Amino acid sequence: MTTLTAGRLLAPAPHWSDHITRHGLLPSLTAAQLLDAADAVDVGGRGGGGFPLSRKLRAAAEHGRGTVIGNCAEGEPASHKDDALLDATPHLVIDGLLLAARATNARRVVLAAHEGTAARRLRSALGQRDDVGRVEVLELPHRYVAGEASALVRALNGGPSLPQQRRAPLATGRRPHLVQNAETLACLALLARGHRVDTSLVTMGGAVVQPGVLEVGGGTTVREAVRQAGGYLEPVQAMLVGGYFGRWLAADLALDAPLTLEGMRAVGGSLGAGIVLALPSSACGLAATAEVLRYLADQSARQCGPCLNGLPAMASALERLAAGDPPPDVAAQLERWADLVRGRGACAHPDGAAALLTSALQVFATDVEQHLTRPCGRPAGRWLEVPR
Amino acid sequence: MSRLVVDWGRCDGHGLCGVLLPELVDLDDWGFPVVGVDVPDDLHPAAKTAVRSCPALALRLHS
Repeated sequence: MTTLTAGRLLAPAPHWSDHITRHGLLPSLTAAQLLDAADAVDVGGRGGGGFPLSRKLRAAAEHGRGTVIGNCAEGEPASHKDDALLDATPHLVIDGLLLAARATNARRVVLAAHEGTAARRLRSALGQRDDVGRVEVLELPHRYVAGEASALVRALNGGPSLPQQRRAPLATGRRPHLVQNAETLACLALLARGHRVDTSLVTMGGAVVQPGVLEVGGGTTVREAVRQAGGYLEPVQAMLVGGYFGRWLAADLALDAPLTLEGMRAVGGSLGAGIVLALPSSACGLAATAEVLRYLADQSARQCGPCLNGLPAMASALERLAAGDPPPDVAAQLERWADLVRGRGACAHPDGAAALLTSALQVFATDVEQHLTRPCGRPAGRWLEVPR
Repeated sequence: MSRLVVDWGRCDGHGLCGVLLPELVDLDDWGFPVVGVDVPDDLHPAAKTAVRSCPALALRLHS
């Protein structure tokens, strides 16, 4: 996908020699200096959770001798920012990984990526430099939940690429596993060099003229991001912010919100991994949501009963509603199922699907009423990228 | 006060916990337990029995 605007994070330096010219060698900070540097800059995890980088680093450093995993597995089909980052500047991500390993005195250092081209790209980058020691590449199957942090840890320790219920945060304990998203690691590589980290990566998709990846400053609003993507293709009714684990927002509510964790939260949205998808008025929001919900149901790891049963049930009922043939009391039933699956799984997959569904029922409330008797005639459209 | 916790990777929805401890465990539409409320002291022995009886070893009591 096209990179539309590039700041310091996305500044192109694909080869090791480009990287040395642009950023120089790995900074020689000690572990303590690295932890202090991370404390001084407020970087939330960029993989979707938003958890502060400095707190995870400190937790993993407490016991030390753990594992650091750079998560380059961008499982969310609507997100392309890690792909753009690894294309533009893989060595910035590798620098961040090596620095995180140093800061936490890790004994195992791993880059995780989907098998195929993504893993090959990382191996090629690692091969260009002589300071990477024993960095391993963990290859993952192409599955939505394979990049979930506990699934990475399970795969690394010889298990299947499936989430595992956590009794304590992964980064804590005697064998800490610090999992950081590729963009978060690139931020660490920048802040260790004394740079400010005041930009983040956003994927713009849906009914915009030029879908692509943006590097935006902290105050950038959705409206400005839409402008940078060339504006709308046609009138837009709603935005899906945060991706398929995110929430629908009415377009007029979303437009003036800043693309930050707090800015999105303030209007009832979520930043997730930095995804904004514009749904035009010509599309049916219920049908579009049903397609995503069906995809999420299909991507369930099938380990946990509420997810295995609840997600297909929710998808089926929403599909029938979108078709104007709803089961009895459909809105209340959907809300009840969304409540029922929340928090009842080894990972947050059902929680994400529930949040998407409940936000759709709110934002498209008028459509829900209308579809009780007949379909609206509008298609779901191909505005949301749903692998088929 | 302790809480019941389900290990979702293990739970197969046998539903025994819902039968043995209906005061604290509801079964959902598909027979999987809904837990979460604190276990009062007088139900602690019954909760322990439910934990021990789970055929999938999926129910735990966390203090």
